[in-house]
Amino acid sequence: MKAGIVVFPGTNRERDMALALSRAGADIAWLWHRDPDLPAGIDLVVLPGGFSYGDYLRCGAIAARAPIMHAIARHAARGGLVLGVCNGFQILCEAGILPGALVRNATLRFLASDCLLRVERTDTPFTALYRARQVIRCPMAHGDGNYVADEETLDRLEGEGLVAFRYVNESGEAVAEAARNGAARNIAGILAPNRRVLGLMPHPENAVDPLTGGEDGLALFLSLVQAELAA
Amino acid sequence: MKARVTVMPKSGVLDPQGKAIGRALSSLGFEGVGEVRAGKVIELELAETDPERAKAAAEEMARRLLANPVIESFRVEIAG
Repeated sequence: MKAGIVVFPGTNRERDMALALSRAGADIAWLWHRDPDLPAGIDLVVLPGGFSYGDYLRCGAIAARAPIMHAIARHAARGGLVLGVCNGFQILCEAGILPGALVRNATLRFLASDCLLRVERTDTPFTALYRARQVIRCPMAHGDGNYVADEETLDRLEGEGLVAFRYVNESGEAVAEAARNGAARNIAGILAPNRRVLGLMPHPENAVDPLTGGEDGLALFLSLVQAELAA
Repeated sequence: MKARVTVMPKSGVLDPQGKAIGRALSSLGFEGVGEVRAGKVIELELAETDPERAKAAAEEMARRLLANPVIESFRVEIAG
């Protein structure tokens, strides 16, 4: 599995992402935002977290219009794997590769803490190694993680089973208080209809080592590597 | 030619910044303030001299970048 990690000015979680992917057995290629094409042989494109272009205009808005995004849209359209985490999720929404948008947290506070996520489905390349409805612990760190979309889009996401992760409480229930950023229907992560593109607000790449807060995120990267081996 | 693009959160989209401003106004003792919504204004200096064409160009810029149609609406004014 060859994973290309895209770096924009202001990206800052790319090394954490590389560490998590390497630990799962992936080879890493670094992709620059100005490149018009992806190098040959990239199986997975990863948009890591950070503050691309200083969050100017809207989070992810300027990165979403970078030259490499056309290549990523083509990669996604032909069924390639794409993972966007935090700012990467914002960029995928701004680019129109995923629906909806991520706006300022309802509390107006930057949220930096662990959160609990429920794995909503396991028949995806991102979640195959989790148990159905498993609750995992993951750090989050964002000021704009409040997922919004019109009711019709939210209903479609639910109806087609494209909600991948939801914020939940200790009992695994998606109660409103568990979505501290205010995200609609507790949505933490969504999939494209072919389930090969995932946008996720919290940081699984920062939960891959028992020394630093657990390894609940590692299964996501192991699932990706296994999915590509099986393909 | 100057164009002014006003970008506002769409009605129905939660505007936590507007809400916070509203609460701050009320804590300052201002009464009778209803809903507060916060947007942004972007001024563009355009080489185009024809107002119609300048407006059309600014609208295209708003559609493609300055506003996100999922959450925002925009208005373009041309100011000489």
